[in-house]
Amino acid sequence: MTAAPVVDVHELRKVYRTGTSGPLGPRRNEFVAVAGATFQVAAGECLGIVGESGSGKSTTARMLAGLERPTAGTISVLGTDRSRPARRAAERHLRGGQLQMVFQDPYTSLDPRQTARDTIDETLRLHTRLSRAERADRVSEIAASVGLDQRQAHALPAGLSGGQRQRVAIARALAADPRVIVLDEAVSALDVSIQAQILNLLADIRDATGVAYLFITHDLAVVRHMADRVLVLKEGHIVEQGPTAKVLDHPEHPYTQRLRESVPARGTP
Amino acid sequence: MTLTQPSLTAVESAPSRANAAGRRLRNRLGATGLVALCWIALMIGCAALAPVIAPHDPNAQDLLHVYAAPGGDHLLGTDGTGRDILSRLIWGARTSLVGPALVVLLSLVVGLPLALAAAWRGGWLDAVVGRFLDIVFSLPAILVAVLAVAVFRPGPAPAILALAVAYLPYVARVARSAALRQRAMPYVAALTVQGHGGVAICARHLLPNITPVVGAQIPIAFANALMDLAALSFLGLAVQSPQADWGVLVNDAQAVLQGHSSQVVYAGVLIIATVVALMLIGDRLGGDIRRRRVRRAPQPTGRTP
Repeated sequence: MTAAPVVDVHELRKVYRTGTSGPLGPRRNEFVAVAGATFQVAAGECLGIVGESGSGKSTTARMLAGLERPTAGTISVLGTDRSRPARRAAERHLRGGQLQMVFQDPYTSLDPRQTARDTIDETLRLHTRLSRAERADRVSEIAASVGLDQRQAHALPAGLSGGQRQRVAIARALAADPRVIVLDEAVSALDVSIQAQILNLLADIRDATGVAYLFITHDLAVVRHMADRVLVLKEGHIVEQGPTAKVLDHPEHPYTQRLRESVPARGTP
Repeated sequence: MTLTQPSLTAVESAPSRANAAGRRLRNRLGATGLVALCWIALMIGCAALAPVIAPHDPNAQDLLHVYAAPGGDHLLGTDGTGRDILSRLIWGARTSLVGPALVVLLSLVVGLPLALAAAWRGGWLDAVVGRFLDIVFSLPAILVAVLAVAVFRPGPAPAILALAVAYLPYVARVARSAALRQRAMPYVAALTVQGHGGVAICARHLLPNITPVVGAQIPIAFANALMDLAALSFLGLAVQSPQADWGVLVNDAQAVLQGHSSQVVYAGVLIIATVVALMLIGDRLGGDIRRRRVRRAPQPTGRTP
């Protein structure tokens, strides 16, 4: 954490208001999804965010990606503030080139009418000034780097397995050449054996490109495998953060201890 | 994990792709649907080739041979002024099909952008567009057309424009709800994160993905427009006699329904058969989409908020 952080989040807060009009005037129900989160991600680092369902993990990810607007607090990626929605096309492109996201469900996160190659190519068209021929070469390069063969690269999502689809989604994110990738439960919908393959692929990509990951998951085993540091969220609050081994092996907060105990240990029935 | 099937080649050849498209169409339409499609193709063929295949000039009168019996030079006989009924039916296919086609085309050109904009923006725009479509939907198409004809003049153009407005909700409501469903999909969120603009996402991704749903609606809207235009022509408010049109043909011969009913029957059968065929095709296409949605529906997603 000596270099300037690529992601700098300060007192991030998200409150959902569900206003219903009752007989005695409007009633306001407030739900605090994220209650003042402050954290940084260093260049090339993998920060894991863990917590149960409803702890605010995904909301944090969506705010970083610009899919939700923070109620309060600031988000800055590579020194660019993104607490407000992008107003101009140039601003949108810049943000897309800085941070990309891989979603949980590979069955719905790809356009069903677009082949893998077209999906990657569309990102290249937006983020690079390559010619058509150069783009075709780059598409092949990226597809190969995520382990898609020729047939898979020309296939529609319906012709691919879940793991292959997630490779396409990762390739699409890589095509923008981002410095940060937010992985929102990116392996949770996959079989265990496929999970391992995708996790190894992600680790290889990080080694090769130096991209930073914000790795959001409920699976502590996955976090232990991937993350340098980990951040534990509970009901929108950060209850603990630190190096992965320290937080997971010697948790200080009772919630982290409970999270850890709820995972069946190896060898126990 | 990569269960590569050796039989699957990387790029399918063009003919095999065309065969696959034909097979898909057959599966979607079924046997009756295919018959209906053939009938529509026949009607479109007649309309397109009317100058070539019609045996006589549809407007040439022959007062020496009025109400000629079928057979001989006049396959379906002649009407009260000696015009060849078959030729008038064939030429009538033109006006009877072009009218509804224009209605559907116009309502698509206006309705699709409206629906996509409403679904994409949401908020007040969606509310305004949604209410507007509901209001138009509540107006009977014929009534709108009669009003337009009363304000402007009787003729095909005002009737077609009025029907295009009245049919806007048929296309736009379906397109809007389909677009809303697509908009909620994570792939749209992914495109947003990439930095694509709303117009690009709507045109390149939402529009192709709502096409099957909207496409199923088109034959049904076409059939209704055909019926409405035929009714308006029958009333003398759209296509005017002596121009050949199925609705006009029914009207022309209704005075002599007793005794010389054949022209009314021929024109009526053509209208009914075409409308039923279109409805059937629309129903098959729509039913196929519903079936596929049911099959795809149960998808386990352990999404956390």
